[in-house]
Amino acid sequence: MSSSSDPLHLAVALDGTGWHPASWREADARPAELLTPGYWTDLVGVAERGQLVFATIEDGLALQSDNPLRADDRVDRVRGRLDAVLIASRVAPTTKRIGLIPTAIATHTEPFHLSKAIATLDYVSSGRAGIRIQVSASRDVARLFGRRDVPDLSGAASEAFVDELFTEAAEYVEVLRRLWDSWEDDAEIRDVASGRFVDRNKLHYIDFHGTKFSVKGPSITPRPPQGQPLVAALAHGEAGYRLIGDGADIGFVTPHDASETTAIVDAIAAHRPADADPVLVFADVVVFLGDTQEAAAARKARLDERLGAEYISDAEVFVGTPAQLADLLQEWHAAGAAGFRLRPAALPHDLLQITDGLVPELRRRGALADADHATTLRAALQLPRPANRYATT
Amino acid sequence: MSKPVKQIHLAAHFPGVNNTTVWSDPASGSHIEFSSFVHFAQTAERGKFDFMFLAEGLRLREQGGELYDLDVVGRPDTFTVLAALAAVTDRLGLTGTINSTFNEPYEVARQFASLDHLSGGRAAWNVVTSWDAFTGENFRRGGYLAEDQRYARAESFLRAAHTLFGSWRGDEIVADKDRGVFLSDRAAGAFSYADAHFDIGGRFNVPRSPQGRPVIFQAGDSDHGREFAASSADAIFSRHGTLEDGQAFFADVKGRLARYGRRPEELLILPAATFVLGDTDAEAAELAHDVRLAQVSPQTAIKFLEQLWNRDLSDHDPDGPLPTVDPVTGENTISRGRASVRTNRDPVEIANEWRAKAEAENLTSRELIVEVTGRQNFIGSPDTVAERINHLVQADASDGFILVPHVTPAGLDPFVEKVVPLLQERGVFRTEYEGTTLRDHLGLTRVAHLVG
Repeated sequence: MSSSSDPLHLAVALDGTGWHPASWREADARPAELLTPGYWTDLVGVAERGQLVFATIEDGLALQSDNPLRADDRVDRVRGRLDAVLIASRVAPTTKRIGLIPTAIATHTEPFHLSKAIATLDYVSSGRAGIRIQVSASRDVARLFGRRDVPDLSGAASEAFVDELFTEAAEYVEVLRRLWDSWEDDAEIRDVASGRFVDRNKLHYIDFHGTKFSVKGPSITPRPPQGQPLVAALAHGEAGYRLIGDGADIGFVTPHDASETTAIVDAIAAHRPADADPVLVFADVVVFLGDTQEAAAARKARLDERLGAEYISDAEVFVGTPAQLADLLQEWHAAGAAGFRLRPAALPHDLLQITDGLVPELRRRGALADADHATTLRAALQLPRPANRYATT
Repeated sequence: MSKPVKQIHLAAHFPGVNNTTVWSDPASGSHIEFSSFVHFAQTAERGKFDFMFLAEGLRLREQGGELYDLDVVGRPDTFTVLAALAAVTDRLGLTGTINSTFNEPYEVARQFASLDHLSGGRAAWNVVTSWDAFTGENFRRGGYLAEDQRYARAESFLRAAHTLFGSWRGDEIVADKDRGVFLSDRAAGAFSYADAHFDIGGRFNVPRSPQGRPVIFQAGDSDHGREFAASSADAIFSRHGTLEDGQAFFADVKGRLARYGRRPEELLILPAATFVLGDTDAEAAELAHDVRLAQVSPQTAIKFLEQLWNRDLSDHDPDGPLPTVDPVTGENTISRGRASVRTNRDPVEIANEWRAKAEAENLTSRELIVEVTGRQNFIGSPDTVAERINHLVQADASDGFILVPHVTPAGLDPFVEKVVPLLQERGVFRTEYEGTTLRDHLGLTRVAHLVG
């Protein structure tokens, strides 16, 4: 657990034109450019200039829907997206310091493919890669792949099924990590005398046998610059806290006050193996920001009016000025949150309020971690480069 | 009436994980650092090449029950590195080899459509198939596919992917802020596809990409592979780089197109080709010999013998004559994860040919391997090589070449600096890109309508 005297880390969660479903109708929104590379390089560039420690990029296998489990046929919301890992990779060469954490869905994808994809993201970003692992309980998503049956989640089987998905996700993370370690750092030797390019004693089969899949290894991609890119997950309850505590580096959580923050941080820590590095718990907050409290409230009211309802979220919804937000973040930070993943209600407005308002405010207060000197995401988060589990020397 | 002069198509194959790539060369750089890929891609773009090409293998090779350690080992994820290269290039096509056995159509279609968006219409997919349980050990499905099923699955896979690419017309996103209408069609992306291999449906979540779908490459050489290419590919990555062999392949494959209602220019034949340049032809020949020796180290020569002999020959002297024992016939068990060891010819017959050649030319085992495994297509001065390439293309042995340098990452540089200008002078290769998409560079018509 982070100590409250440590500076806090600030990150941004990018999704479409922002987290409010009506955000695409704002005057400064660029909804027609969501599928262009320039849209993403601009936003991540803003986040990097604002010295945010990382940007996450949301993803999903199904077309967006207001119903998390089923498709809808709405035409008044943003629909369509690009693969988040590839967006992150496209952005990587245009940035230098910001961490890039795309989302991937463990339930329907191959850990062998994702492992090399994130290792490669780490290479193309020179050590700034992470991955946020998600599960999918949707029958609609399963149907896109046609590979497995998913029960109707209204039934009694749903809890056991969700547990099964999280167990599989934990195994998936274990496979990612073993594959990243399956090459020792000095496996490439280029020894002309013996004709050998690699020392095969430094390449390792991972021989993973799980409940849903087995993976032999080694990876086809050498160990990435960070050794282990960072693994993150978003959790709302015990199954997710266990996944984070067991195997993630970063947990995204959704407390609604300081005491809940402490309780969640403790719940995750209880799952953490004693010999593991501490997990960094980031609290998610949806932010509607303005230069004055009234301006922020008026923006939210306008967006909600276009939505036809009050915006609700799994995470705390904050409406106010950057200085007021700084107060809240410091309070939750003192309660145990290592950092915050802010979800801008509308882009680019709320991101600019973060980089131009919140960041300078936290800096004035000496409360923000200074990651300017760090070149890898691990270094920016003050996490060590881990030893290789297979190395004997 | 004389034939019109053909424009040559050139592409660049990032040096692969086999002994063509000379890692022992002092100029050889990293095979995994992004800077090497940037150098290579930017060189190809400087040369106005149509595209760069990445191969793929999903399990590290083994020989004699151990990981094969004599060649370059290790490569990046294809999609991820191509997406990053889209950021440092502007026009170059980005061709990735993606396996249809150890992937699912929905995910691959998402990735290619995303890559096509993120590169402004420069994505291409070299569709390959596998069947082996050896590679399958890295994947959820494991080794399940009967060998004779692999093209059937590949064809199904491609049809399913085309269904997904075609599920958006391209005009659905209106994003009208005033009216609050984002989509003009409430069923945009709806699809369903069912056959013996796949049964999928729903709505595809990547709207239509700039090229409609990626350019499709096919590399198989069997009769089935050729037919697959004639029916569904935009280009073939072939191995037939010589005049007679190339002309026969060219005529055969282009001859199959009419059956599918396609014109000859709708399928490009692009053989892989290595090259060694020198100031003079004589110097190039000398350099080529040095390259061959570097490609076939004494240790590599023994491994090649083992692949044919299908037995452990680790005690054999590479500088002595060929083994006197005969190859082990039947299933090849010595080498795994390598396509080239699969041959329909009798290994004993090949061994006897090699022995006869070695005896006649007084060759050691290593020298024999240097002779019989050579894949050097173009050796000579820049002028000789330019002339040869142009001759082969104008004689319909191919539509161009996918060049395979033997040094990473700078092996392509001399070709771009010395040969490309000579082809441009002859008026057979572009001096500037005329279009922005890979389909434009290849002269392929836009995909107006997709067949599901």
